Amino acid sequence: MSKGLLIDITKCIGCRSCETACKTQNGLPETTDTDLTASTYTRVMEVGNHFVRKMCHHCVNPTCVSVCPVGAMKKTASGPVVYDQDMCIGCRYCMAACPFQIPRYEWNSAFPRVRKCIMCKDRVAGGLPTACAEACPTGATSFGERDDLIREARERIRKEPDKYVNQIYGFNEVGGTGVMFISDVPFEKLGFRVDLLKEPLPELTWNVLEKIPKVVGVGSTLLFGIWWITNRREEVKRAEAEENEKKNDH
Amino acid sequence: MKFRGFSLPKITFWRVMVALFLILGAYALFVRYTQGLGPASHMTDLFPWGLWIGFDILCGVGLAAGGFTVCAVVYIFHIERFRPIIRPTVLTAFLGYSLVIVALMVDLGRPYRIWHALVFWNPHSVMFEVAWCVMLYTTVLSLEFAPIIFEKFGMKRSMKIMHSISIPVVILGVILSTLHQSSLGSLYLIMPSKLHPLWYTPILPVLFFISAVAVGLCMTIFESYLSHRAFRQELESDLLADIGKIAAVVLAVLLVVRLQDIYTRGAVHFLFERTQEAALYWLELLLGIVAPMILFFFKKIRQNRLGLFVGALMVVLGFVMNRLNVSITGMLRGSQTSYFPSFLEIMVTVMIVALGFVIFSQAVRFFPIFAPSQERSQAAFEPGSLKQPALGPLTSHARSRD
Repeated sequence: MSKGLLIDITKCIGCRSCETACKTQNGLPETTDTDLTASTYTRVMEVGNHFVRKMCHHCVNPTCVSVCPVGAMKKTASGPVVYDQDMCIGCRYCMAACPFQIPRYEWNSAFPRVRKCIMCKDRVAGGLPTACAEACPTGATSFGERDDLIREARERIRKEPDKYVNQIYGFNEVGGTGVMFISDVPFEKLGFRVDLLKEPLPELTWNVLEKIPKVVGVGSTLLFGIWWITNRREEVKRAEAEENEKKNDH
Repeated sequence: MKFRGFSLPKITFWRVMVALFLILGAYALFVRYTQGLGPASHMTDLFPWGLWIGFDILCGVGLAAGGFTVCAVVYIFHIERFRPIIRPTVLTAFLGYSLVIVALMVDLGRPYRIWHALVFWNPHSVMFEVAWCVMLYTTVLSLEFAPIIFEKFGMKRSMKIMHSISIPVVILGVILSTLHQSSLGSLYLIMPSKLHPLWYTPILPVLFFISAVAVGLCMTIFESYLSHRAFRQELESDLLADIGKIAAVVLAVLLVVRLQDIYTRGAVHFLFERTQEAALYWLELLLGIVAPMILFFFKKIRQNRLGLFVGALMVVLGFVMNRLNVSITGMLRGSQTSYFPSFLEIMVTVMIVALGFVIFSQAVRFFPIFAPSQERSQAAFEPGSLKQPALGPLTSHARSRD
């Protein structure tokens, strides 16, 4: 049910049609940005003689969704990770926590928003491919069911094992991402982070957070208990002291 | 106590400095609120949490940790000797948390939506938990501080009400503090690829908790010394020496936990690499934990006002270093970027610290914080105090011996 993108780095010719289509689709101003910005959701980066698209990876179990204190980031059933600008309080935890360092901020605004690719959620909901996939003339970016895209990627690697590196980036990085890449050179040479865990990152904090009810229950019982015991001791001590005083008086 | 008539304050070096800090801070706030976070700070998309999170919030909350530690010791464990420290620490904690909230209102992109955290819940977010705990604990602290105000204005009935709810309030405070002091460490658990392995550990919440207890205790020594210098008001030296003793034990535990953790994670080799991180780690460990721990082990140093102060100061500095290492220096390499706070960022922080000093010194002058008095301990926010004789610092010794 979850949609995604497969980006075949060997097929990208750097025409930047995806960038233009993205700007039009999302009503973003034309810029001369050389990286992602608050008004550039995707950018074709030149790495050596390769072109690598940079954008939100739309994680299957997204870190940004997990960390947002107010739930302004959401993973939709159809795949896109979307942002509700009316809920966001601007803590920027999503940016600090994103393992791919994707979300951008409107640093020069008095009423700033987080900005990132939302995988054309309205188009996707209407059964259309994303604007970038539709615009791509070479098939470097293809849109579809995540499971189908994995099958397709495996098929391409199987057919031309000498050409492709035997890895689908995003298959299990941080538990899997909606946007996946295949390449003819190792991913670390293209600036991809290859030190990421293979498990979803939200589990790292949930392991701790789920213990909170226990801390509250056991902790308060223990503290009340200690207070009760030591309080009783104080009372006994006080009573004994009073008794002694009486004796001394006589 | 009489109200002093208003007259122009004497011009001193520190007063001029404080005035300057407040003016520069106000200018920084003007820039931040009219032009956005970008022009006011050096934060970037690759480094969205800067000095305000690292110092104002992480250190602010930690330095205020004495509030819950001392309340637990006196109210729950009934170690009566420490009662005289309660007021200065509760005041520090209340002030600390209030200033943390001020800093948060500066750092949040949309501060006016802070109430969203109350309405739109995401229990999977550590930030959500921290937000709730800090809010509730600030309420608890205001309840713990209220009796001092009630006493000042002779509000007997309010004092009685406070007295009757004191134990549940204190226990709530201890639980909430345990949760959010540790959770500030949990904030970073989700960034394993960004935080340097010297600091990234699954037990970050435990380390944050233990170090908060240590620094909370040392802040009482620190403040008592400064109050002595400034207004000749301070705590009993025997009491402070005992706090030094407890702090030494907490520091020892912290040291063992940290070393064991770094060993079991197989991160020892990072300690001996020629990196900035390793140097900072050593400095933080030696200056902030080992050195003061050794100092506090010596009775002569514990009983020397200056020695005790130097030890406490080391713990405070080491603590600040640790929080900045976790939030800034330890994050730089993993974030593949650089960051150094802007002048305006530093000015906001300096302004907030200056505000803390000003309010603390005014509060000490106006409210019975340090001064021991018979009625005070009768009337304070203390269980059993209405029944038992006064337990001011003067009588505490006689009691502790029997």
